[in-house]
Amino acid sequence: MSHEVSTQERSAPLPGDLKSVEETFLSDEFLRQLISVGEIDILVGLPTHNDAKTIGSVIAAIQDGILQWFPRERAAIINTDAGSRDGTPELVVSASINDLRRRASNRHALRTLHSISTQYGPSVEQGTALRTILAAAELLRARACVVLSPQSTTIKPEWLPALLSPIYKDDFDLVLPTYARHKFEGLLITNLLYPMTRALYGLRIHEPYAQEFAFSGRLGSVFVSQNSWSEDAARAGSQVRLVLGAIAGGFRVSQSFLGTKPHVERHAADLVPALRQTIGNLFLSMESHFSFWSTKTGCQPVPSTGPEQEFTLDTLRVNRKRLHEMFCSGVSQLESVFQSILSADTLRELQNLARLGENDFRYPAELWVRTVYEFAAAHHQAVISRDHIVQALAPLFRGRAFTFLTENRYSSTSEVEGSIESLCLEFERLKPYLLEIWNAKK
Amino acid sequence: MGEMIVSELTQAAHEFARGFARFLPRLIVLVIIALVGWFFAYILELVVRSILRLIKFDRLSENAGASQLLAKATLPPSSELLSRFVFWVTWLGFILIGVNALGIFGLQEQIANFFLFLPRLFVAIFLLFIGLLAASFFSRAVLLAAVNANLPSPRLLSIAIRAIIVIFALSMAFEELGVAHQTMLVAFGIAFGATMLGLAIAFGMGGKELAQQFLERRFVHRNTEGENEDELSPL
Repeated sequence: MSHEVSTQERSAPLPGDLKSVEETFLSDEFLRQLISVGEIDILVGLPTHNDAKTIGSVIAAIQDGILQWFPRERAAIINTDAGSRDGTPELVVSASINDLRRRASNRHALRTLHSISTQYGPSVEQGTALRTILAAAELLRARACVVLSPQSTTIKPEWLPALLSPIYKDDFDLVLPTYARHKFEGLLITNLLYPMTRALYGLRIHEPYAQEFAFSGRLGSVFVSQNSWSEDAARAGSQVRLVLGAIAGGFRVSQSFLGTKPHVERHAADLVPALRQTIGNLFLSMESHFSFWSTKTGCQPVPSTGPEQEFTLDTLRVNRKRLHEMFCSGVSQLESVFQSILSADTLRELQNLARLGENDFRYPAELWVRTVYEFAAAHHQAVISRDHIVQALAPLFRGRAFTFLTENRYSSTSEVEGSIESLCLEFERLKPYLLEIWNAKK
Repeated sequence: MGEMIVSELTQAAHEFARGFARFLPRLIVLVIIALVGWFFAYILELVVRSILRLIKFDRLSENAGASQLLAKATLPPSSELLSRFVFWVTWLGFILIGVNALGIFGLQEQIANFFLFLPRLFVAIFLLFIGLLAASFFSRAVLLAAVNANLPSPRLLSIAIRAIIVIFALSMAFEELGVAHQTMLVAFGIAFGATMLGLAIAFGMGGKELAQQFLERRFVHRNTEGENEDELSPL
């Protein structure tokens, strides 16, 4: 069953205890289904879009995890679908817990596992999907909520206790994953999001942007009521802002190791949406959390279960030449845009870099950090459209990615870790520069 | 004879004196209105300048590309220019009201026409400014999208978009002013048509291979060496 998310007036009044600001955002039919579920302990959020190929194994892992580790808890799967045409929502709703019982006859659920699907669309809006899950969690008064990616081909039932137990048993509010991933995967995380978040917010959170994470009902309620849910936020997603809001709000954060993160094939065009979802949201959060991050010095480790980060060293074919080409052409073509964003010195250094051949090209950490901080200040001052500022970072990131790939081509795990650590320290060292330019007039 | 001349002269002098006596209060009214108008226009100029600074109009103008145009023409910044414009239009309006008080035949209609023209002038300036702003925004958006998609000649695409929007905004502004209505319509049609034809020919002649590559990428699934190589997941 799938239902359009609409802003229609509610036809039947809700019970008084379920009234909330968010109820008008949800469709009548979806609200009726939520009411029929009643209060729950665990909510599993599944944002989907044409994931029929992988959704079956994900649902099976969820059912298995709940049966094994939370058999006494009241649980529900809430699927927020972005208008799939391959029958994904139908697969979610039709998946019965009896299927699992047939597969593993020794497991018995003491409660019914509800599966509800709601549809928005026609395009994927991560922010809308998360908002729907948060609103549902608040209405159902879920004690803990876990969000899982429908594309996780390596998902295991153990992920549920790994993400939910710290909330359920140890009173944490947000649990983020750590993965074993290839040393060259997630370069936007390792070369920008992680070091900058760490330098600004003072916590070593390795995956500030995660596809799998869990949060307490308490954090969800605060976030859904305080966060601004503009159209831009709906498109760009709010996961990073949830994480940063939790840190700035003093909520307890922990990390759990989930194992290997599957390799996802991407296209060059995926970088800009990725920048919007991560760096765009980080820049936006810096506005509202200025008093928090501006006074923060140093960084603290986060309570973690399992290793904090792990790198694999398999062979991976990478088109480095294209990264270099796109950096050089970007610096040349976007000169007028960079003049509005960057200082004259930084721009000159980048133009000098763009003249170098592949063999001599190195985008040093110090220049990279200065570039990013100047982008953050330009975003704060809105020197041009903020979305254009985020987009303009893409060719420069490619240059930094090229350097990281070149420098760590033959590096061991510990050398890669050392390289990322030194970049983090550079972000921390240059934080006073960010504060200096933050309020300076362009 | 002499007495007649003296009498006529005396009469003419009396009439001139009477006429001047009748005209003088109106002239004084004109001067007073002009002085009050100057004071009012000056206050308005200060208010407009403060508001424009408060809303960071210069930055908006810079984004629209208007500041660069003004700098090239050695004109003051746009907020200064606009506040001065408001001053002069307001003061001129007051002066014309004063002139109207003189009661000079035929001038009243022209003054009424001037006041009727003012709203259209403001709308035309507004349209032009919005057009420049839109041209700057969309040309930058196209430039960024083209660079990030690794398309050839991103700057050319961006300039083409800017030119089209500026031509469109100019034609709308002139249309609003009612200046050379037919000429502007024809000029716009020719300029727009020529731009489109030029782009089509340029794409057909110069971008033959590009078009071929695009169509092949879109409809033919070939496994070339470059395509086989991984694009790293940034996340």
